[in-house]
Amino acid sequence: MNIFVCIKQVPDTETKITPNGDGSYIETSSIKWIMNPYDEFAVEQALLTKAANSGSTVTVVRVGGVKDTEALRTALAMGADDAILVEADDNLDSYMTAKALKGAIEKSGKNPDVIFTGKQAIDDDCLQVPQLLAQMLGMPSVTVVDGCEEAGGKYTLKREIEGGALEVYEVTSPAVIAANKGLNSPRYASLPGIMKAKRKPLAQHSLSDVGVSTDDRRVKYSGFQLPPEKPAGKKFDAMDEAAQAGVVAEVVKLLREEAKVI
Amino acid sequence: MAKVLVFSETSGETVKSVTFEILGKLAGHTVDVAVVGDMGANAAADLAKYGAANVHNLKGANLDQYSPEGYANALKEFIGSNYDYVFAGATSLAKDLMPRLAGMFDAGMASEVTNYVMDGDNFAGTRPLFAGKVLAKVELDGPKPGFITVRPNALGMPEAPTAGAGATNEVAANAGDIKAVIKEIVKGASEKLDLTEANIIVSGGRAMKSAENFKILEDLAEVLGATVGASRAAVDSGYAPHAMQVGQTGKTVAPSLYIACGISGAIQHLAGMRTSKVIVAINTDPDAPIFTKADYGIVGDLFQIVPLLQEELKKVL
Ligand SMILES: Cc1cc2nc3c(=O)[nH]c(=O)nc-3n(C[C@H](O)[C@H](O)[C@H](O)COP(=O)(O)OP(=O)(O)OC[C@H]3O[C@@H](n4cnc5c(N)ncnc54)[C@H](O)[C@@H]3O)c2cc1C
Repeated sequence: MNIFVCIKQVPDTETKITPNGDGSYIETSSIKWIMNPYDEFAVEQALLTKAANSGSTVTVVRVGGVKDTEALRTALAMGADDAILVEADDNLDSYMTAKALKGAIEKSGKNPDVIFTGKQAIDDDCLQVPQLLAQMLGMPSVTVVDGCEEAGGKYTLKREIEGGALEVYEVTSPAVIAANKGLNSPRYASLPGIMKAKRKPLAQHSLSDVGVSTDDRRVKYSGFQLPPEKPAGKKFDAMDEAAQAGVVAEVVKLLREEAKVI
Repeated sequence: MAKVLVFSETSGETVKSVTFEILGKLAGHTVDVAVVGDMGANAAADLAKYGAANVHNLKGANLDQYSPEGYANALKEFIGSNYDYVFAGATSLAKDLMPRLAGMFDAGMASEVTNYVMDGDNFAGTRPLFAGKVLAKVELDGPKPGFITVRPNALGMPEAPTAGAGATNEVAANAGDIKAVIKEIVKGASEKLDLTEANIIVSGGRAMKSAENFKILEDLAEVLGATVGASRAAVDSGYAPHAMQVGQTGKTVAPSLYIACGISGAIQHLAGMRTSKVIVAINTDPDAPIFTKADYGIVGDLFQIVPLLQEELKKVL
């Protein structure tokens, strides 16, 4: 089986994000980058699928900055077999990213049986790439998946919808599957894994190598700015039991008369 | 003037309220609405009341139940070259469907905008990025139509409905080839509005100490007509299912009132709830970061405050 995983490198969730000078994007110089948290579930599911199907390979693909290949090395250290990096800016839109991923997968010469992705990148929060990629490759897609069972190229997938309900899908490969938190417990890269990862093949392409040009941009961003800060709120001390009833009554009154939300 | 279509979800007679929010913001433009599958007569009437010029009801084999490919195929044919923009609420269904549809048109899509203007023929939206740490202006380029999803509760309900013509038009639609089929829908634990759509949310953190203790939050939520949420610490400790998690790796919510009980206010939690209109925090630690975001902070023990709050609200609601 040819298993692919698409991953992205994103700023660590603790990182302070500030707009750059002209507001065209964010300041990227001092950011600590990590593998997109949802992609860890995708990598793990790819490795589980490989383990259940002997003779399979896992190829991990990333579109992004060339300086730092950390996320790809992490995936290789977890157990992926080879990696592809498409060299690009970090602020491509979803359409360009999906087109680049498609180009890279096709260039690998391997026909994908299944493609795993995270459900969403936590930087642009778009939730578009898995569906766009599936559409471009003529495959079905199932997103926000937190249950995945495979048997003979057939997948039974659980997808969370409103109110905690689940849709249970049946899909025949090839398909694009976008992982949600809860799908599995991603493994840590072991020390031998990290050593081995250094010798695993990592192919590099430019955007034009995979057929993407600036004409493919569909979404234009500008005016990056910090959200307006809220004015300081009102704080009440209710540690003392005697004060509690009064404070609660006051807050309820404010919610009704000042904030007008109840 | 731009030709606009709003894709709306209905369940029987009920229309998701985000559709009305979108229609309200498009008042003054000629806007059609498309509904796929069964739609009640009252739902159609409500859509007209809020400004739909035409309500197109797409019907056909395999369209009674959602499937990404079936809905996308049916809508693609219907949209054709008739519209400049297609809007939808950012619900689980539309977030899954709309990118697929955008891909069919090789078109651009703006996900989960929290505001927008239609300036003549041009759409310009505002959307949070990096889990709400920054805001940016978003515009679309390339082939038409442009696709847009709007975060529920972000725009607010229109003050008064603006009646459209609202003629209902049944359209024979084709689901085409479907490779990913839903075999079953497992009902969720909650009949309540989903967190992403809820107008009021009561959330509990690690301080809840057990799944059983969430009962006091459920009781408070009952009085308020609220949905219960949780922090990741509460979810990871097994006090609440992941579907209830609010935050960067949980749900992004935008209720009018968010009550955080025993939640410290870690940056990843704030990312999911900071756009709540009014925030109430209950925490024993007067220096908890959540208080810097709270409109009303109560320094106190949630196990004492929450029941009192419930009693007080019962009196006034
Ligand atoms: C990649 C990543 C993603 C993450 N995603 C999320 C996410 O989506 N959502 C999320 O919530 N977190 C997320 N986190 C975790 C986040 O960093 C915090 O660990 C988490 O939010 C803490 O939850 P908490 O506030 O419930 O617990 P704590 O930080 O332990 O806070 C508990 C609070 O309860 C107070 N308290 C204790 N007893 C009482 C009492 N009796 N009455 C009132 N108050 C009391 C304490 O003073 C304290 O402030 C993420 C972390 C990472 C690294």
